[in-house]
Amino acid sequence: MELSNLVAIFDSALRLSIPLLAACLAGLWSERSGVVDIGLEGKMLVAAFAAAAAAYAFGSAWLGLVAGIGASVVFGLIHGFASISQRGNQIVSGVAINMLAAGLTAIVGNAWYNQGGRTPPLEGAQRFEDVIFGHSVLVYVVLLAVPLTWFVLGRTRFGLRLRAVGENPAAVDTAGISVTGLRYTAVVIGGVLCGIGGTYLSVGQSAGFLNNMTAGKGFIALAALIFAKWRAWPALGACILFGLLDAIAIRLQGISLPGVGEVPVQAIQALPYLMTVILLAGVIGKAIPPRAAGVPYVKER
Amino acid sequence: MSAPLDLPKWADTVLVPAISVVAAFLVAGLVVLGIGENPLSATRYLIQGSLGTGEGLGFTLFYMTDFIFVGLAVAVAYHAGLFNIGGEGQATLAGLGIALVLNNLTFLPGFLLIPLGILGAAAFGAAWAAIPGYLQAKRGSHIVITTIMFNWLASVLIVYLLVNVLREPQSMNPETRAFPEAANIPFMHDVFAAFGIEIPASQLNLTLVLALAASYFVWLLIYRSRLGYAIRVVGSNPTAAVYAGISPARIIIIAMVISGALAGGLAVNELMGYQHRLLLEFTSGYGFVGIAVALMGRAHPVGIILASLLFGILYQGGAELAFEQPAITRDMVVVIGGIIILFAGALDGLFRRAVAHLFTRQKLARA
Repeated sequence: MELSNLVAIFDSALRLSIPLLAACLAGLWSERSGVVDIGLEGKMLVAAFAAAAAAYAFGSAWLGLVAGIGASVVFGLIHGFASISQRGNQIVSGVAINMLAAGLTAIVGNAWYNQGGRTPPLEGAQRFEDVIFGHSVLVYVVLLAVPLTWFVLGRTRFGLRLRAVGENPAAVDTAGISVTGLRYTAVVIGGVLCGIGGTYLSVGQSAGFLNNMTAGKGFIALAALIFAKWRAWPALGACILFGLLDAIAIRLQGISLPGVGEVPVQAIQALPYLMTVILLAGVIGKAIPPRAAGVPYVKER
Repeated sequence: MSAPLDLPKWADTVLVPAISVVAAFLVAGLVVLGIGENPLSATRYLIQGSLGTGEGLGFTLFYMTDFIFVGLAVAVAYHAGLFNIGGEGQATLAGLGIALVLNNLTFLPGFLLIPLGILGAAAFGAAWAAIPGYLQAKRGSHIVITTIMFNWLASVLIVYLLVNVLREPQSMNPETRAFPEAANIPFMHDVFAAFGIEIPASQLNLTLVLALAASYFVWLLIYRSRLGYAIRVVGSNPTAAVYAGISPARIIIIAMVISGALAGGLAVNELMGYQHRLLLEFTSGYGFVGIAVALMGRAHPVGIILASLLFGILYQGGAELAFEQPAITRDMVVVIGGIIILFAGALDGLFRRAVAHLFTRQKLARA
């Protein structure tokens, strides 16, 4: 394979891994604080729709970003209200978020634009142009979120407290720090990150929203999160790996490799899911989630 | 805040779910208003389309059959304290099982083929659920995550098989050849016609009877059998189960196997009852609706049948509604499903506390 080919594959791998990375970091924040989030997919989807709709209406990609983040944060707060304030089941709430997002974006998109759920094509200032080394600003924003997450969670007082809330909320509470407040903060940060990821999908990578355009990326991000064992730098690695797999799958379509023959695309597509299952089974290494993840905090027990 | 929520049983099993459903419909009504449509006429079309005609009713009951199976699947796992959100994948694999059995045993007569097809569905669905069950029980991997991954694995696998292996050579569509005709589960209108009664034609077939039988079986299993008792003990307190001599690992695997087999019923209804071939995406997200059905029905077979009827009305009525008021597409049903899951599942405490508050006030006033 020639060098230009390799460069092209890595370039598209980076592109494909950005939405994964945004959602993965969102999940990292949320789960590190003890709130399990399987609604990453749904939040990215509403963000993608809101961003495309706002960018189209106001002619500005930046306003699209604001709308995308706003929509995603609202959904995050619904999840937060259910799982933090109401101490509801976090898995159930996540499933609800995903269904709501899939249904609402389709129905509102269809009612507003009459194009089978897609928004009108975006152009010019309505999109994030590829400005720096052939990538848009959002790519760098998401990449920057990695060291930022690592630093804030690992090196600041706020981050220490937030991680403690995901491991032993009672201890944090005893120290006089609000468990609820910290968890809501984490959920909002997760909402912002999913919002950026969704916006990148519809306003950066593509020119407009398509029905169900996240197509399972939120779940691959969840897989990457487990793969990275809930840590920021490994999350970057896992997402780039999964993005690379995706890029290779696209590249290999219909190509016969010497000695192997034609590799079915599906075999490569299955890898992230398969690897996650194997990792979770503890065959190679062990992925241990934050101890209090998924457990609502009851103050007076 | 932490006062025990003492509710009369009827309030807990009927009133609270009913309030969540009403609340869900109110929110859905707001969505309809929000896109500039009339929710009242929408409701009228919905009910007319699903219950107003014999044909509509047939389709409603057809969808109900699907939802009973996936609802029961979620409920059985739920009693064991497990969240099986892999209904989609299990039903997909069940479809594969049906196709393998029926298209390889074409020489058999119908009275053998039909039960074998159903068994194939149950076995493949059960196997696809057994692996996450085993991994949860023996390796401690979280069942929610593994069933999610298994959904995606199933969808990737079925695409591969239908595109590369099982497709008819001449066909452009990724689907198998038609099943042998003898293996088709009879349509209800044909059954009635055999007795000289004419009912409007629809997709409704005898699988409905199987679904009702499965509901009765699940009721017997959960509330009247030793195994069901063990399942419920593991679900409410795995530590106590160990002291009682019950092995949680064993029960978890068994519950998942039963759950997966039940999810296979969706494939029986859709493929053997209606499509008569294996094709892509025949599960259409119904596996997730099963979660709403089970939560709304309080994981009790009677509740599940009622909740399935409601969702059957929504799906059939929603199709008619999309025809009359094109702005309200069938995605509305997904929205309503999502809101019901949110209200009846995650925000359950909200209504429960409100109702409990009312009851305490009443009691105090009487005293």
